[in-house]
Amino acid sequence: MSTPTFRQVTKENLSVNNPVIVQVLGICSTLAVTNKVVNTLIMTVGVSLVTAFASFTLSWIRHLIARRVRMIFQVLAITFYVVLFQLILNAFAPEVARSLGPYVGLIITNCIVMGRTETFAPANPPLISWWDGFTSGIGYMAVLVLLSVVREPLAFGTIADFPIFPPQYVSDGYNWTIAIMAPSAFFLVAIIMWVFKTNSLKKEAAAKAAHATGGAV
Amino acid sequence: MSYVDPITLLFASIFTSNIILANFLGTCSFIAISKDLSSSNGLGIAVIVVLVLSSAISWPILHYILIPWNMIYLDLFAYIIVVAAVVQALEMIIERVSPALYMSLGIYLPLIVANCAILGVVLFMEIRNYDYMQALIFGLGSGIGWWLAIILAAAMRKKIDKSNVPAGLKGPGITLITMGLMAMAFVGFSGILRVQ
Repeated sequence: MSTPTFRQVTKENLSVNNPVIVQVLGICSTLAVTNKVVNTLIMTVGVSLVTAFASFTLSWIRHLIARRVRMIFQVLAITFYVVLFQLILNAFAPEVARSLGPYVGLIITNCIVMGRTETFAPANPPLISWWDGFTSGIGYMAVLVLLSVVREPLAFGTIADFPIFPPQYVSDGYNWTIAIMAPSAFFLVAIIMWVFKTNSLKKEAAAKAAHATGGAV
Repeated sequence: MSYVDPITLLFASIFTSNIILANFLGTCSFIAISKDLSSSNGLGIAVIVVLVLSSAISWPILHYILIPWNMIYLDLFAYIIVVAAVVQALEMIIERVSPALYMSLGIYLPLIVANCAILGVVLFMEIRNYDYMQALIFGLGSGIGWWLAIILAAAMRKKIDKSNVPAGLKGPGITLITMGLMAMAFVGFSGILRVQ
């Protein structure tokens, strides 16, 4: 198998095979941390860096690990970087760390990290694996930021704590508390998937039609 | 934190703070497995067992090793190893004791290590400072809640598969909408009691 180029990897992870809306991975944290833009940004940066460095490490030692015991190595490498990230977060942004609660620790079981270190890293050299992990994280970030930009204003009247609606919006009770509750998260992800998939189905149909007419001529 | 009696906690962890519909834990395997009712049942039961065992083992590790020796920053390492070990041990025991059960449950066991519900429950146990009884009850209740949610979803998906869903929504999309509606129904329980 030939090593994919940096450009191919970027395109795959950002749109064609977006980890959240196409592969449906990492949904747990997608739903849980998108109630505030700031939390979302910090969480997704964490996921990107953990995925990138864990992929790098595992790809670097890929020839030394027997296939049977690879799971434990993956988990330990990922845990190492998550603990590192958690310590940094506790030191520099204790408030965000508190509001993210267990979800920082849960990066360990984020399926995106698991998926990249299981499928891409063992088959490719370290540098491209780092890039693959990082761009997967960015693809994840794109979707999550979009979600939080919808949810935070509806619930708190702010974006990244910067007020965009007049204060009466919250104080007089016009805000949609439902937007930060569980159901809205499920609906919003479903809507984004719907738009994206309809779009790609259309493209596919157009490509097929073009191919068919081309064949007829 | 105020003390929550075990029965309230059991009820709360099954209904009002359902591990998946209110805390979003374990969604990945939920979406993948809820296609089929009998596998959902199998995975759900496996999750209950693993959750109770992992809480039972993690609590003493936290309170008798990590806290006294001031190694709390190693908690994630400890928990993930406990979860992986419980799953591995359970797999070996079931294989030896009941090959029939192993055939039906065995393939789901390794999936559970990557199920965030397990690690999530253990982390909640630490953050909310539960005592041993509460930790066990919370593990059991969360497991039952997850099992309940997945068999309900599997039953609904059976019907949805036969109905006419917009092409772009087929698969995970409609599952998420179903889960959203279930979450809304479960929000209804939260008027009864609130346990954070």
